[in-house]
Amino acid sequence: MRADKGTGLALRYVAAVAVTIVFLFPIYWLASISFKTPDEIFASPPAWWPEQIQFANYAVLFKDGDVVTIWNSLVIASVSTVCAMLLGTMCAYSIARFRTGGNLFSDWIISNRMIPPIVIVFPVFLLYVRLGWVDTYIGLIVLYTAFNLPYVIWMMRGYIQDIPLELEESALVDGCTRWQVFWKVVLPMARGGLFATAVFTFVFAWNEFIFALVLTRSEVTTFPVQVTHYFGGQSNFWAKIAAMSMLGTVPIFIAVALLQRFLVRGISLGAVKG
Amino acid sequence: MARLSIRGLHKFYGKFEALKGIDLDIAEGEFCVFVGPSGCGKSTLLRTIAGLEDVDDGAIDIDGEVVNTLRPRDRNIAMVFQNYALYPYLTVFENIAFGLRARKTPDTQVRERVGRAAEMLGITALLDRTPRQLSGGQRQRVAIGRAVVRDARLFLFDEPLSNLDAQLRDGMRAEIKRLHQEIGKTTIYVTHDQIEAMTLADRIVLMRDGLIEQQGAPLDLFERPATRFVASFLGSPQMNFMPCRLERRDGAATIVFADGRTLAFGAERSADLSAHEGRDLVIGIRPEHMSRALPDRPPAAGAAPISVLVDLVQPTGTRTYAQFRIGEVEVTVELPAHIVEHPGTTIDLLVDMTRVVLIDPKTDKVLSNGTGETG
Ligand SMILES: Nc1ncnc2c1ncn2[C@@H]1O[C@H](COP(=O)(O)OP(=O)(O)O)[C@@H](O)[C@H]1O
Ligand SMILES: [Mg+2]
Repeated sequence: MRADKGTGLALRYVAAVAVTIVFLFPIYWLASISFKTPDEIFASPPAWWPEQIQFANYAVLFKDGDVVTIWNSLVIASVSTVCAMLLGTMCAYSIARFRTGGNLFSDWIISNRMIPPIVIVFPVFLLYVRLGWVDTYIGLIVLYTAFNLPYVIWMMRGYIQDIPLELEESALVDGCTRWQVFWKVVLPMARGGLFATAVFTFVFAWNEFIFALVLTRSEVTTFPVQVTHYFGGQSNFWAKIAAMSMLGTVPIFIAVALLQRFLVRGISLGAVKG
Repeated sequence: MARLSIRGLHKFYGKFEALKGIDLDIAEGEFCVFVGPSGCGKSTLLRTIAGLEDVDDGAIDIDGEVVNTLRPRDRNIAMVFQNYALYPYLTVFENIAFGLRARKTPDTQVRERVGRAAEMLGITALLDRTPRQLSGGQRQRVAIGRAVVRDARLFLFDEPLSNLDAQLRDGMRAEIKRLHQEIGKTTIYVTHDQIEAMTLADRIVLMRDGLIEQQGAPLDLFERPATRFVASFLGSPQMNFMPCRLERRDGAATIVFADGRTLAFGAERSADLSAHEGRDLVIGIRPEHMSRALPDRPPAAGAAPISVLVDLVQPTGTRTYAQFRIGEVEVTVELPAHIVEHPGTTIDLLVDMTRVVLIDPKTDKVLSNGTGETG
């Protein structure tokens, strides 16, 4: 009996370690390439780790000014996340508490999320040419805000519905206006959900590729688009690709590390609420 | 301090009529308790007063001003909710100060008033904690503190004690009553618990199905219920109701049960009951209005003897509840301890006929109330 338990546990650990390796290895490989010399990158059999950590691949990115694309991505993803969270949470509150738009409104909203982005690339491009929004911050920020709104509304509606109504009513009787209730009760109560939703919203904007590719030229190129510039006709600049990708991973890594405890709850809650 | 006056109040939830025409006056400084079974509309009525529900018809008037269309915040009312409604992300201090902050009260005043409220409720030591770190009773105190800290003209409580265990409940009940005596503010208190209602109220408003069944001072309702519903709702254990006929025998109005047993009224009530003779009625007898007959002493005036076979004994300590049957009906009598100890015992009881009520079985209205006072 005891032995069974022991082997069971051991097997579980083995499985967990195996899964972790499968997930982590590509990241390790990326990181190791970013520190390798060209010889090491193309060595056969492969060099499992760089001989010495050297930052030449990164230095090039900084020297050529390619890192500005990380900054572009940061600005666009952050601003659009803040906008989507603000607007979306207000919409969600309205839907959750006042049944704004009737019962099917939120279903309709989330259905917008199911449109394959590629089908609206061309119309959006034409529209943006008219507006003069191609290759501008505002263009991508507005677009990503719009893309993320349905998701934010849907998620936040669930979180807001979980807030006991008494807390809001008590605030109303105590002298709050609706706006005060929103700021002083709803937002703090939904804090966990806000962070979790914001991370996913940010990640979406951070990773978005198709629209960024079509709607930017040189001014506000985002980091995913920049990475593709290193795939050349004759050769691929693996060192640059790896270094740039590593730089692009860092903000996400930081965000997830900081907000991890909200994320786990956010994911499981979202799973239940659907 | 406020007077409250409600006229012809109707409230619909969709097609369902939750309040079917409420008329109510509450005097300045009064402690008024809405009581009634679950779902009868007590909370709805309270929430319309607070402004949390719109009304479909009628007027709510506070101090001569119709407040129907005022937002909750403009009514200057404080309300304590069943689940306390404390904010988990704020300290106890900030929870109590919440209403003051919402009204932009200067900080020095906030500190002073929160301090005073906390002292009054004995929670000064808890001010830096968060609600999560408090027991149920402490949370309840904080919730009450939140209400008293504001200078509201009307206090509303919606079943504030129903989440506490029985022991705490008794303590908090006494404390709420003491608080009202100290502050003297007009208070409306909702409960489904008749003991809370009896002990707290200056006036009980007994509700049923969206209407007020009867209102008045607690002992008035207890001693002179207008309907069978009121008679059965107040008092624990409940009043016993038995179908019977009223006849005149040997010159006295007499209750005759289906199994032939009788209870005769004394001369005084006999005269008053002559109008109902020959009718099928329901007699209501409270468990405490029956006592053991003492063989060596003649029964008091207006007491009627009956001999019963006890089939269930429930001792509670000082009192024992014994049950027996009259016809189909299970009847409970409250006796001092040790008088009956085993089922199967036959005992002779005296029913205090000055206190029994007679009810019309068709309308459930009380035709004749007892003349005696409780005591
Ligand atoms: N928001 C609502 N929507 C529909 N029906 C409601 C709502 N609130 C209460 N009711 C109904 O109104 C009736 C009275 O409710 P309530 O006032 O809460 O009763 P209670 O006396 O137990 O406090 C109940 O039958 C309840 O189901
Ligand atoms: Mg209720």
